[in-house]
Amino acid sequence: MKKAERIGGNVASYVDDRTGAAKWLRKNLTKVFPDHWSFMLGEIVLYSFIILLLSGTFLTFWFDPSQREVVYEGSYEPLQDIKMSAAYASALHISFDVRGGLLMRQIHHWAALLFMAGMIAHLMRVFFTGAFRKPREANWLIGVGLVTLGIVEGFLGYSLPDDLLSGTGIRIAEAIIQAIPVVGSYLAFFAFGGAFPGEAFIPRIYTVHVLLLPGMFLALITIHLMLVWYQKHTQYPGPGRTEKNVVGYPLMPIYMAKAGGFFFIVFGVTAFLGAVASINPIWLYGPYNPGQVSAGSQPDFYMGWLDGLVRMAPPLETYAFGYTISWNILIPGLIVPGILFTLMALYPFIESWMTGDKSEHHLLERPRNNPNRTAIGAMSIAFILIVLINGGNDIIATHFSLTINQIMWFTRIGVIVIPPLVFVITKRICLSLQRADREKVLHGRETGRLVMLPHGEFVEVHEELTAGEKFTLTQHLQPKALAVPDVDENGVKNPQGIKGKIRARFSQAHAEQIPAPTETEAKALGGGHH
Amino acid sequence: MSNEIQKFQDPGLPEHVHRKTDVDPKAADRAERQVAILFVLSALFTVLAIYAYIFISDEIFFFLPIMGDTNAHQLFLGLGMAFSLLFIGLGLVHWAKNLMPDTEVIAERHEFRSPDEDREDFVRTVKEQAGAAGLGRRSLIKRTLGLALGASALTPIVLLRDLGPLPGKELEKTSWKTGTRLVTDPGDRPIRPEDLEVGAVAQVLPELEVGKVRHLYDIAKDAVLLIRLRPSEFQLDAERLSWTHDGIIAFSKICSHMGCAVALYEQQTKHLLCPCHQSTFDVTRAAKVIFGPSARPLPQLAITVDSDGYLVAQQPFNEPVGPSFWERSS
Repeated sequence: MKKAERIGGNVASYVDDRTGAAKWLRKNLTKVFPDHWSFMLGEIVLYSFIILLLSGTFLTFWFDPSQREVVYEGSYEPLQDIKMSAAYASALHISFDVRGGLLMRQIHHWAALLFMAGMIAHLMRVFFTGAFRKPREANWLIGVGLVTLGIVEGFLGYSLPDDLLSGTGIRIAEAIIQAIPVVGSYLAFFAFGGAFPGEAFIPRIYTVHVLLLPGMFLALITIHLMLVWYQKHTQYPGPGRTEKNVVGYPLMPIYMAKAGGFFFIVFGVTAFLGAVASINPIWLYGPYNPGQVSAGSQPDFYMGWLDGLVRMAPPLETYAFGYTISWNILIPGLIVPGILFTLMALYPFIESWMTGDKSEHHLLERPRNNPNRTAIGAMSIAFILIVLINGGNDIIATHFSLTINQIMWFTRIGVIVIPPLVFVITKRICLSLQRADREKVLHGRETGRLVMLPHGEFVEVHEELTAGEKFTLTQHLQPKALAVPDVDENGVKNPQGIKGKIRARFSQAHAEQIPAPTETEAKALGGGHH
Repeated sequence: MSNEIQKFQDPGLPEHVHRKTDVDPKAADRAERQVAILFVLSALFTVLAIYAYIFISDEIFFFLPIMGDTNAHQLFLGLGMAFSLLFIGLGLVHWAKNLMPDTEVIAERHEFRSPDEDREDFVRTVKEQAGAAGLGRRSLIKRTLGLALGASALTPIVLLRDLGPLPGKELEKTSWKTGTRLVTDPGDRPIRPEDLEVGAVAQVLPELEVGKVRHLYDIAKDAVLLIRLRPSEFQLDAERLSWTHDGIIAFSKICSHMGCAVALYEQQTKHLLCPCHQSTFDVTRAAKVIFGPSARPLPQLAITVDSDGYLVAQQPFNEPVGPSFWERSS
């Protein structure tokens, strides 16, 4: 230890002599982070991003992003002597003639799926616990930006090999661009360097995929993490945890070891998937040809909901004055996703407006303690899941012996009917859970032990909660609804008008809660814990 | 005071419970050994990965349940790499959980809002400095600066102009001309009506003019499906019927929805189905949309036979093929 301590001391003084960072480093190396499994979701995203950078760099050494026509002469026999783009040929070369190439391709694809799935899970965690509230709105916005870019980056990535499946995806993207009113066909010709498919698109999206978007990810992730660092992490409520403190473990050594270890675990799991689970077997699809398609064409899951929306769109087009507007493409392809993502981005501001809550929050909420928000979240998830089901309607139809028409009509109606139902049901479940919490605090936990009293009555023994548990279940804020009077004190009609009324209605819905039990109530009930 | 409602009080952080490794040096030593074993396992798997890379041939396949035929080289290289990484991670986490201090620490938070004094000072400084620069008064400077900045953003946009040619009438044209022969794809052989049995379907392309090469962007507009029915099965108006030949009808294969190849033909129902978004077209009724998101029938190509008995186009397509676009007139 002596020698190690001396080296450590030397390194520290070397750094401090040149940067004067001793004070800053001491403070930050012992920075406290709260511990919870759900805080690791964001970490998974960060680590899969690093895995993507590493495995992606490996792939660039052999990938040739060119649509120049070549004749395949590699070792995969079924495709030999077939004309294809250099991009597809080099992707086959990586898969069959570079040792470890297929492994890296599969690691890259699995890491991309994990990256997206992790972002969605992290986003849900942040949403349902209210972690986006003041002062963290900016980080929510950055997060929504990262999800959006992630969808684009993933789509461009699986489009690069220029196989029949991904080429079909590009064709659909081209049709969406082309459907934009007024400028659509111009934008499509600019993007593709002429008529679809041309020879310019793969090289162009390659630059975007490996340089532009990763650069933007790096910048946004850096700001995202700096804000987490600077604003300190939120924590779940519990004894000893307040709005004014952070309870947890120091970065050095605990989180360095845990987070470092977790990176290797994520990498290990991704490599395991890459080793045993085949993904995107491009050699089965063949080279892209606009006159061909494979049955059961499916995008990756994060695009699936968009595809499902497009599939369920009603066949609507408007022809007027010699021009065409394709509502069947614009609504599901641009308008609905645009509205969804805008609402998602603005949600922190909408909620703060509805509740009139302008204070800082560092303690997270249990989803049940904010029934309205939880119901909104569940409703949105229901919407996405239903359109996602429709995105896989062909696969579901063949697996469950249904017809595509049945699934299409189920989802077309379901996408309108089910989300509101889910809202109502979720809200009721949240309120019931609040009631259960109240019951537990006031009457104790059911033990399942039955006791016969002297006069023959059977009762179940209830066990009183600890002081810490009681506090945890009752500490949450239960704001009252905003009072928006119809007339002010001078009898003048409220100038806020309709807007005020809408706000009052939202605020009322948000304030619907089961009153948290208090010590006073508990005392009034006495010690009768049965 | 007794009437006031009292909430449950915060009992403060629960007392720290020592782990076995904190109190029992033997347990701590055991944990240390476990961590070390995990790291050694990791190193062994790295050896496996390198061994697989160099010595296991990529020609060996063997059957595994669930996974099917598996390539030994790829599998052992991947497993070696996966477990070498996993064991490093597990070792580090085990180390952190059992041997590093696990006492919870409390750090204070500070409100982000600066004291009112500082805020006022900041606002005053900004106002003063802005005033000194004349931002408030000299509106001419502000407006012209806005103009200059806005205008300068136009150059980069204009520079993108050469990304591609203007569409012109390109989207409305195909290679089909009056008298163009239909040839098989693949194979490029001209087709006679008798080559196609009733119920059969074939993908065709326009015959290449001498000296021309077929590009993918040609196929993206030219691909056509030939389907042969019994002439009595058609429910077409006189004009459309005259575009068929002896029960053979030709449609653009490029979906009128989003341009995928409409490749699935159901012989029983005589429906064409696009596998991308399930737009379904009824062949007997001039590819009328009977299900799915497409708003238009597939364009029909008028066909007949030439003097040598080969199928040819009577005329070019009478409407643009493929997905809709703004300038499309119907």
